[in-house]
Amino acid sequence: MNIFIKGGHVIDPSQNLDEKLDILVADGKIKEMGKKLTAPKDAEVIDAKGLLVTPGLIDMHVHLRDPGLEYKEDIVTGTRAAAAGGFTSVACMPNTKPVNDNKAVASYIIAKAKAEGLVNVFPVGAITQGSKGENLAEMGDLKEAGCVAVSDDGKPVSNPELMRRALEYAKGMEIILISHSEDLGLAADGQMNDGFTATELGLKGIPWVAEDAATARDVFLAEFTNSPIHIAHVSTKGAVQIIRDAKARGVKVTCETAPHYFTLTEDAVRGYETNAKMNPPLRTAEDVKAIKEGLSDGTIDAVATDHAPHHLDEKDVEYTLASNGIIGLETSLPLSLALVADKNLTLPQLVQKMSCNPARILGIDRGALAQGAVADITLIDPEAEWVVEADKLESKSKNSPFLGMKMKGRAAYTIVGGKVVYKNV
Amino acid sequence: MVFKHKDILGLQDLTAEEIELLLNTADNMKEISKREIKKVPTLRGKTVVNLFFEPSTRTRTSFEIAAKRLSADTLNISASTSAVQKGETLSDTARNIEAMKPDIIVMRHAISGSHHYLAKRVSYSVINAGDGAHEHPSQGLLDMMTMREKLGTLKGLKVAIVGDITHSRVARSNIYGLTKMGARVFLAGPPTLIPPGVERLGNVTVCSRMRDAVEDADVVMMLRIQLERQGKTLLPTMREYSRFFGLSQDLVKLAKPGVLVMHPGPMNRGVEICSDVADGADSVILEQVENGVAVRMSMLYHVSGGGPTE
Repeated sequence: MNIFIKGGHVIDPSQNLDEKLDILVADGKIKEMGKKLTAPKDAEVIDAKGLLVTPGLIDMHVHLRDPGLEYKEDIVTGTRAAAAGGFTSVACMPNTKPVNDNKAVASYIIAKAKAEGLVNVFPVGAITQGSKGENLAEMGDLKEAGCVAVSDDGKPVSNPELMRRALEYAKGMEIILISHSEDLGLAADGQMNDGFTATELGLKGIPWVAEDAATARDVFLAEFTNSPIHIAHVSTKGAVQIIRDAKARGVKVTCETAPHYFTLTEDAVRGYETNAKMNPPLRTAEDVKAIKEGLSDGTIDAVATDHAPHHLDEKDVEYTLASNGIIGLETSLPLSLALVADKNLTLPQLVQKMSCNPARILGIDRGALAQGAVADITLIDPEAEWVVEADKLESKSKNSPFLGMKMKGRAAYTIVGGKVVYKNV
Repeated sequence: MVFKHKDILGLQDLTAEEIELLLNTADNMKEISKREIKKVPTLRGKTVVNLFFEPSTRTRTSFEIAAKRLSADTLNISASTSAVQKGETLSDTARNIEAMKPDIIVMRHAISGSHHYLAKRVSYSVINAGDGAHEHPSQGLLDMMTMREKLGTLKGLKVAIVGDITHSRVARSNIYGLTKMGARVFLAGPPTLIPPGVERLGNVTVCSRMRDAVEDADVVMMLRIQLERQGKTLLPTMREYSRFFGLSQDLVKLAKPGVLVMHPGPMNRGVEICSDVADGADSVILEQVENGVAVRMSMLYHVSGGGPTE
């Protein structure tokens, strides 16, 4: 089946495209792009007037909970949520049960995603066996099995010498290391950002220095070992500055932030709102401003959701007992488009952070609209207004702090490998 | 004025007028405990459940006596005997109790915000008897009742609160209540036990030296220091804590003549307070306990829709 995408506003900074173009998709690939093309007779024509046409969005940080924690999410529902959010590819973190620290688990994820998933799933393997922070995982094997990165996400590699060796080893295996940079000693079982709000609510705080100190350590280790490193879910002003400085002196560091870190502050926790509980925690207005600046000036390379589904029973409890994390796949696009509306980013910059850069960091052949490229394409209706409602979310879990909130912008079509996997027009 | 709240979760949620109403009613209630027959029929037919997930002697007993003096039926559930031991969630425990139609639940829980969680999910009234490091409104009220009784007014008082502020729900409730009633609060304690931004909770001044807080104070309130904190990251030893933040007779002399020495109990004698001060002429520690019953009678009365008492 051929698809003819007619008259959309094509934006792809990787190809320097920002104009009205037609795209012909055939056999899962982009066959032709140009002005005023003629649609072949057998092609399904999509009228893309008023829509943005971008390389398929890539969320480089999600938790699909499969295998082992399917009561929260699985590869089917998780990729359905991804498609609804406009994502054609996701990279899933290894904190499953068992942990994705070996070829068997990685192969299972890839096989299941291929058979039943709606979008591309690129697994992230563990840095250490069982993500226990003791022994290196078989990164070579993981890479051969199809993993695109390694990370002990959720559990920082606390031992600095192990982190040093992990960076060296990953570099040799040509696989990017994604660091969850948090000093657990300083975080000290905190429940929200440390500061006035935590004092008022009587909750133990996680100070910004827990993130900044760990980020600084990891950046230094990357510099020392001359290895690339990607810092996950940056949430503090200080971490942005540390990464900015490191980039300026040539350290091979990239980083991501999540929509909630540029949208919400610690105030969202008031009322002991468990859907505002995550790690790193929501920070202050000053941090939000710094995150936006980091996105604007290119310090922050990517927007990733840290989509972390949890069952209602894990969130509908006393605040301290609630699990960390929120779902994000289906709200990321409108929240990120708000950055464009607020002039923090241009549309091409946003596409860079939601598609081109994640593809480049992970080393996957995606994130570009070019002749011959895999036809992963997202069509965005930037004007559509909608309200986040639990029963309309595709994710198996509904743990979002944005429930009931008005959004502007959403995916109109999500096309993966030349097939429309999601449509909302 | 009529008390309009279904629950009493904290003094942060109450206005100065509401606090005054609770205190005025408590003043009236106090007389009942001095009668030969210490009972009035006010809450006859009402069921008050004490649900305690943390150990407590004073507060639980005080609430139970308060409920009984108002003729309510009371029962006590403590975590060690409850289904919580079998893994039941707070939500399930609360809803099961709800099915038995209680009128008021008095709860103590180690997690801050538990009462907010509960109050949103049940139809009966919830009274907070202490939630984590958040609030302990009945303690705040009984402290204010005692100050008002002894000193005539709360307005303009200098109240020193000394000790572990970070982990203290007593400190937070007093800060909210006292600030609303026009008093000034001076905090002192080791920097490791002073939480960030605490000055912004109310009319609060943080003093690095205890003597600055105590000097010219109308009230000195000592907080219990948890002995298990010593030797960890927060404190070196109890010996040093006692030297710098314990209340001795010498320090009491810096305060105003007739200063009230308070402590929410249980006391660590010889640690945060010397025995001669705790048992001395300025101490109102047992009056606090006595007033606790009256304050809790007032709280139970008002959440049951008591209305004006005058």
